[in-house]
Amino acid sequence: MSLTAENITKDYIRAGKGTNRFTAVKETDFTLEEGCLSVLMGRSGSGKTTLLNMLSGLLCPTSGRVLSDGDDIYSLDDKKLSKLRNERFGVIPQGQSAVHSLTVMENILLPFALYREKPDEEYAKQLMERLDIAQLSQVKPSELSGGEIRRMAIARAAVRKPRVLFADEPTGDLDDENTREVFDFLKEQAKNGTAVLIVTHENDAKAYADKLYRMNGGVPEKA
Amino acid sequence: MNSLTIKNLKGRPAATAVLLVLSSLLCFAVFVGSIMVNSLSTGLSSLEKRLGADVMAVPYEAATKKKFEDMVIQGSIGYFYMDKEKYDEISSLDSVGDISAQLYLASTGSSCCSIPVQIIGFDPETDITVKPWIKKSGKKALEKYDLVVGSDLNAFVGDTLSFYGVDCRVAAKLDKTGTTYDTTVFTNIDTIKELIASSLDKGMNDFKDISPDNVVSCLLINAADGYSPEDVMNDINLHVKRVKAVQSKNMISGIASGITGVSGMIRTFIAAVWVLGAAILLLAFTMSINGRKKEFAVMRVMGASGKMLAGIVMKEALCITLAGGTAGCLLGALVIFPFGGAAEKALGLPFLLPDAGRTVLCLCLTILLSVLSGTAAAAVSAWRMSRIDAGLTLRSDN
Ligand SMILES: Nc1ncnc2c1ncn2[C@@H]1O[C@H](COP(=O)(O)OP(=O)(O)OP(=O)(O)O)[C@@H](O)[C@H]1O
Ligand SMILES: [Mg+2]
Repeated sequence: MSLTAENITKDYIRAGKGTNRFTAVKETDFTLEEGCLSVLMGRSGSGKTTLLNMLSGLLCPTSGRVLSDGDDIYSLDDKKLSKLRNERFGVIPQGQSAVHSLTVMENILLPFALYREKPDEEYAKQLMERLDIAQLSQVKPSELSGGEIRRMAIARAAVRKPRVLFADEPTGDLDDENTREVFDFLKEQAKNGTAVLIVTHENDAKAYADKLYRMNGGVPEKA
Repeated sequence: MNSLTIKNLKGRPAATAVLLVLSSLLCFAVFVGSIMVNSLSTGLSSLEKRLGADVMAVPYEAATKKKFEDMVIQGSIGYFYMDKEKYDEISSLDSVGDISAQLYLASTGSSCCSIPVQIIGFDPETDITVKPWIKKSGKKALEKYDLVVGSDLNAFVGDTLSFYGVDCRVAAKLDKTGTTYDTTVFTNIDTIKELIASSLDKGMNDFKDISPDNVVSCLLINAADGYSPEDVMNDINLHVKRVKAVQSKNMISGIASGITGVSGMIRTFIAAVWVLGAAILLLAFTMSINGRKKEFAVMRVMGASGKMLAGIVMKEALCITLAGGTAGCLLGALVIFPFGGAAEKALGLPFLLPDAGRTVLCLCLTILLSVLSGTAAAAVSAWRMSRIDAGLTLRSDN
């Protein structure tokens, strides 16, 4: 499966005087391929999250299309697009993303619970082992460190074995060792056939990249 | 998913508690208010039924001293008599249809009652006003020395009460009527004649020179076909001397307008509580959901559709308003049922608590109202939230 963006642009309307239309991503073509790990780097505010959100079905582009297996995902109704996100996309959002009333295990299994499906607890446990949070499975997020919450979010994004995995600064609050662990993990996912996109400031990521992009003037340029 | 609702509610105890308290207060006010309005209107219709006849005729003195009206409306106690001739005179009027005589007497203290009670003797042959009530209590005909007691009197079926040295037996007890019937004792006319005779013998009657067989206290009259109650009243007042006729309708018009006033106030109050409460609930649910915007965006990221989010918040709202509403209504019931009597006294209006069926109906409607406004509030918030791309909401701090 491939995910392709065709000529997508995102304009934001900014509060304030003067010309308040601001283009964060500009006329961009972009493709994510099976088994390929792409790394997107760039200055803060250069539009990386905006691009990632548009690709992952979370932000409707101002113009252009995003095609999954040839279908324009933004022409789907909310129900179908949501189901598509649930089944095919795994997203590790930038920043904190825990559901606070649920334990770590419940958080990780939430993608199943939303659609009342039988949760793959075995795989969830495996992922938790892999990400070194197995001992935290019954703990609530309020008692976790930022890095632990982040690893929980990674496990949650991967638990449905998505075809595309999006990671927006997945190592933002991790130490060097954990950072390497996470990149190793994402690389593994790519090797198993997942299309992976990592947005990061981490220079180490370059070593893992099959394709490396740098965001420049609202356009990702191949580096 | 249902366990997700419970977990979400438990996971945010403070917010849940605030919303619970809000919705229970709302339901408390609305439930108590509706029971009050209901009680007043049943009280009024009960009073109308208690009057029963179109027109009542009493000795002129009784009417001018407002004694009679006070007896019927306020439950003050007294008696008065007029010559039985008046009965014949009035019966012969063309405008008069059904007519029935009653005899009044007041007891001195009695074992049942720390204060004197009103005794009304009615004529079972012609009665049109008392029998329906007594029938409701299950007793068919009253024998001599049988009593029917009002629901507020401390006497029960089988008790013996002695008035002026005459032993009588309590044969039935009336259901609560919310009117002065609740503190009245009824007998048939033969019994009360004996009681009056005995009170005269003992020198305990205010009247000295009457004969129980030749007097009546009050005549209850329905208009004949083709005549209005007003015709009857005018006929009597014009043609029969020393008798005053009053229309039942006029007698309770003061009360009816009092009830309309109080009910109106309570209705306005309920409406105000409701509008205010719904606004507060809307605000509270909106704030509570806004506070979790990020969390909902995260669920969107995982593939929750807008409808699913709406389902989640609406289920939470449903749980809260259902639980809060039930608690509020039960609390309201705990207040209104024991203290209904106090409310009656404070208002000075007939007040009859609705029966179980009506109460349950009120309860269900109140809870339904709370559930509807709570879930509507949640639905509105959810709808507003799902119109915004998750990618944008995801940027918020919480
Ligand atoms: N909702 C919004 N309204 C207006 N402007 C926005 C909005 N969201 C983002 N922007 C602007 O769009 C630009 C790109 O934002 P974006 O979050 O994509 O950057 P980024 O490359 O992910 O930055 P960072 O590395 O700090 O995460 C920024 O300049 C930001 O101010
Ligand atoms: Mg970003």
